[in-house]
Amino acid sequence: MSLVLTNARFHLLETLRVPIAVLGSTFFPTASMLFFVVPFTGDDPAGATFATASMVTFAVMTSNLFGYGVGVAADRSEPWDPYTRTLPAGPGPRFGGRVIAGLAMTLLSLVPVILIAAFLTAAHTTVVGLLLGIGAAFVAAIPFTFMGLAIGYALPTKAALAVAQIIFFPLAFLGGLLSAPRQAPSFVEAVAPYLPTRGAVELMWAAVGDFPLRPLSVVMLGVWTVAAGLLAAWAYRRDEGRRFR
Amino acid sequence: MTLARAVDVTRRYGRELALAGVSLDIKPGELIGLLGPNGAGKSTLVNLLVGLRRPSSGTVTLFGGDPRDPARRQHIGLTPQETGLPATLRVGECVDYVAAHFDNPLERGEVLTRFGLDGLVKRQTGGLSGGQKRRLSVALAFVGRPRLVFLDEPTTGLDVEVRHVLWEAIRAFHAEGGAVLLTSHNLEEVEALATRVVVLGAGRVLADDTVPAIRGLVGVHRVSMASTPLPRLRGVVSTSESDGRLHLLTPDPDQLVRDLVTATVPFRDLEIRPTTLEEAFLQLTAA
Repeated sequence: MSLVLTNARFHLLETLRVPIAVLGSTFFPTASMLFFVVPFTGDDPAGATFATASMVTFAVMTSNLFGYGVGVAADRSEPWDPYTRTLPAGPGPRFGGRVIAGLAMTLLSLVPVILIAAFLTAAHTTVVGLLLGIGAAFVAAIPFTFMGLAIGYALPTKAALAVAQIIFFPLAFLGGLLSAPRQAPSFVEAVAPYLPTRGAVELMWAAVGDFPLRPLSVVMLGVWTVAAGLLAAWAYRRDEGRRFR
Repeated sequence: MTLARAVDVTRRYGRELALAGVSLDIKPGELIGLLGPNGAGKSTLVNLLVGLRRPSSGTVTLFGGDPRDPARRQHIGLTPQETGLPATLRVGECVDYVAAHFDNPLERGEVLTRFGLDGLVKRQTGGLSGGQKRRLSVALAFVGRPRLVFLDEPTTGLDVEVRHVLWEAIRAFHAEGGAVLLTSHNLEEVEALATRVVVLGAGRVLADDTVPAIRGLVGVHRVSMASTPLPRLRGVVSTSESDGRLHLLTPDPDQLVRDLVTATVPFRDLEIRPTTLEEAFLQLTAA
């Protein structure tokens, strides 16, 4: 366990020493809150709450897709990475440390979103709702963590960045993150339940407000989580032996 | 007791054959120089022995087990060929990170002192000079009080002073009974440090012996002199020129001198000596 924390500390130090990287992951959701949620839903408590929950899901998705996708790909290109694999520890502590560091960074990127929601909009939820929401954010983080890891272990840095960028926007838009519940264009409503972003955001909506979960979305979130997990495991194993072909 | 062993190991990368049936034993207290041109398979062999790669066929054991089992790596240290320290981390943090993996690591201060890195604890590794980075990555190999260290071209690209700091540290480790596998292009380095030399060429072990034996193996002597251009002489393996002197490699220096005299070549300052390891090495790998 202490090795997991050693690795987590190592990753966090690396990230925090480049403050612009921290800023980068918090900028998009913060800006979206300020430009879209505050002016358009500011006075409507339910609308502002759901919109905030959507932005939190959005932040969770981007920070994990990019954090792991680009982070892992960049680390793999450094000779330090194979060096650490010769130390007397299996992949577990390094993996665990990376995930803990990723969760910490995700939480950090949520802070401005929640602060803006609390002070600049009419959004409100109960303490239980907030705690459930944080729990939902962790659950929602899992499939995107796996996707990020799959991208990072399968692709070189530049390709990883491109793929993460290509993936995140359609997932956000088609999953309905950019519209209020049941107010997305009809084709979005039709495909959304099959995308992991939808299940994730529905968990968030149900946690902080009055929203009945749709079983299809939640089941599909589970399917995506398992599939992304398998893909990440495949990419990790494939990476072990073939890196320097 | 064998610390590390490779038995008839081959390793392919796709269609390319990096190692073709290599066997090697590393015993306690040995300081082995692993020599060979670029692409001979030196780094691949090191990567197999430390568990980074699996052999395509053959077996590799480290402290009696599979090097891919983390517990087997508790008593080794490694300096990879490339220096890839995490640029934003401080020197002390890198040492601590590595130390956290070992049961009984050296004190941080002791590690830094041994490698002349005192006073750099708080520096980010990205701000170190090339020599300091290299010293730190060699130092990391010794953090876990290893019984066997793998140093993959530890002094490539370093100036003489830094090189000697590292040599002293390697000698000190060896003097305390530690075993070393050192790959190098620098033959002076291998001659200065190694007790045993393994020459690798095109994925095969070409020779495995003591430094004098490797030198004697090719049985070539170097005859050098100041002279005008020479006529064709029998038994000359190669000719080179430097500092106004001609250097001839020959298996039979006595006959060569007789031939020079009978051909009335106007030579001065004749010198005959056994080949250096470098010359022996070129002979072996060219064959």
